[in-house]
Amino acid sequence: MYTVRLWSVRHARTMELAYGAFESVLRALDPLFGRIGYTRLERPVAAAERAIKGLLFDCRMCGQCVLSSTGMSCPMNCPKSLRNGPCGGVRRDGFCEVAPAMRCVWVEAYDGSGRMRHGGAITEPLPPVDHRRRGRSSWLAVARGEHAPSESPLRPELLSKGRAGGPKRSALP
Amino acid sequence: MTGHSLNPDVGDPSAAYAIRPGHSSGGRLERLLREGRFAVTAELNPPDSADPREVYERALVLSEAVDAINATDASGANVHMSSVGICSLLTRAGYAVVMQISCRDRNRIAIQGDVLGAAAMGVANILCLTGDGVEVGDQPGAKSVFDLDSVGLLGTIRSMRDEGRFLSGRRITVPPRVFLGAAENPFAPPHEFRPLRLAKKVEAGAEFIQTQYCFDVALLERFMSRVRDLGLDRRCFILVGVGPLASARAARWMRANVPGVHIPDAVIARLEGAANQRAEGKAICVETIQRVRAIAGVAGVHVMAYRQEELVSEIIQASGVLQSRRRQERTTR
Repeated sequence: MYTVRLWSVRHARTMELAYGAFESVLRALDPLFGRIGYTRLERPVAAAERAIKGLLFDCRMCGQCVLSSTGMSCPMNCPKSLRNGPCGGVRRDGFCEVAPAMRCVWVEAYDGSGRMRHGGAITEPLPPVDHRRRGRSSWLAVARGEHAPSESPLRPELLSKGRAGGPKRSALP
Repeated sequence: MTGHSLNPDVGDPSAAYAIRPGHSSGGRLERLLREGRFAVTAELNPPDSADPREVYERALVLSEAVDAINATDASGANVHMSSVGICSLLTRAGYAVVMQISCRDRNRIAIQGDVLGAAAMGVANILCLTGDGVEVGDQPGAKSVFDLDSVGLLGTIRSMRDEGRFLSGRRITVPPRVFLGAAENPFAPPHEFRPLRLAKKVEAGAEFIQTQYCFDVALLERFMSRVRDLGLDRRCFILVGVGPLASARAARWMRANVPGVHIPDAVIARLEGAANQRAEGKAICVETIQRVRAIAGVAGVHVMAYRQEELVSEIIQASGVLQSRRRQERTTR
């Protein structure tokens, strides 16, 4: 939902803390998940992920979640599905070129990243989407150690200047 | 085709100049920029026609004043002759081209194939763009692709060139030696993020940048100051987009209809107050070139004169930016 999505970005710091804790739990559950069988877990976990992240972020289930690198603003809501920042067409009022009733997800992302402790991740180039993963659970990928968006190498110096209280990057606990 | 007569030395379009150490391509745009010379590129308005003469006529008009000609890839999401087609014609005639690739219409399979084909034709420069949404163009019912974004596209072509591998990891026997460019719009929000986005593009492989139209030099100065703080002016060559406004009415239309174009009210007021608006638009463009040239870190200008190509040469001559150059050395690859 659009208003909830905007709310999540305004509370990006809380989301970051919550996800940090959740990620530790996911990783700790890897042996258990392995015993149950990841294949068997895929459908129910993906369904839960879709429901929760759908509500909070209008998640599109790309299967390779990068919310930690995008200020908690889901880049798949960008009509051009840009994963690396805003296009040149952002309107003067910060709204989307293609969908004028929607705030640019990257204007939101930059705002959200400024609220996060590790928001500097927004400056890291992200690889193209792997469309095979669409609809699959990012959480299970994280548990398995296949996907670690919050641990991408980062360059905090980029964000340390020119922004009041600019986010600093350090390793997650 | 008699295009070769423009440059008899270039019989085989793929036979580029020898690539200098540390250079990505054999193209002259890269050479000039790395030699520290102020470079000029310009956009060729692609014809809605299958007649190659229309391309050659427009290129000839531009060639007097520019170091490379941009072949646009359905910009504004409007159908025109393709960038691959235009580059094929222009490289045959020995012109230096910047082939634009937009992510809107083709997926990674098509694009990587086009990059190999372009390099084989003698294209030395590629500009990686996201592309305008189909909604703003003449085919709003089209399905947009956006398989890659501009940063992903830069990374893809860089790994094709430097590692000799496709995105899949498969080997390329002879890699495409191209000078990689990207666009940036310092005039669109979020303004503070724009220099960081530029950094991201440089990180991904951008070696030169062509910006959106600059009608607000003060805003550009703020952007460039941050770019210098980040050291990006030393890691890429920034060519500032400029262009003549035909009239106050045209300026208003552009501001309302072309995504990402920012024209301050003062510029429109100046056009309105002029006896000859077209001449005033040209004068504003000349002044803009002179002012941006004085900004540290600006390596050149990129002229976009929509349907006014005949003005490009006059504007460049009037600006004086190429005064130190010999005329005949321009444009050929």
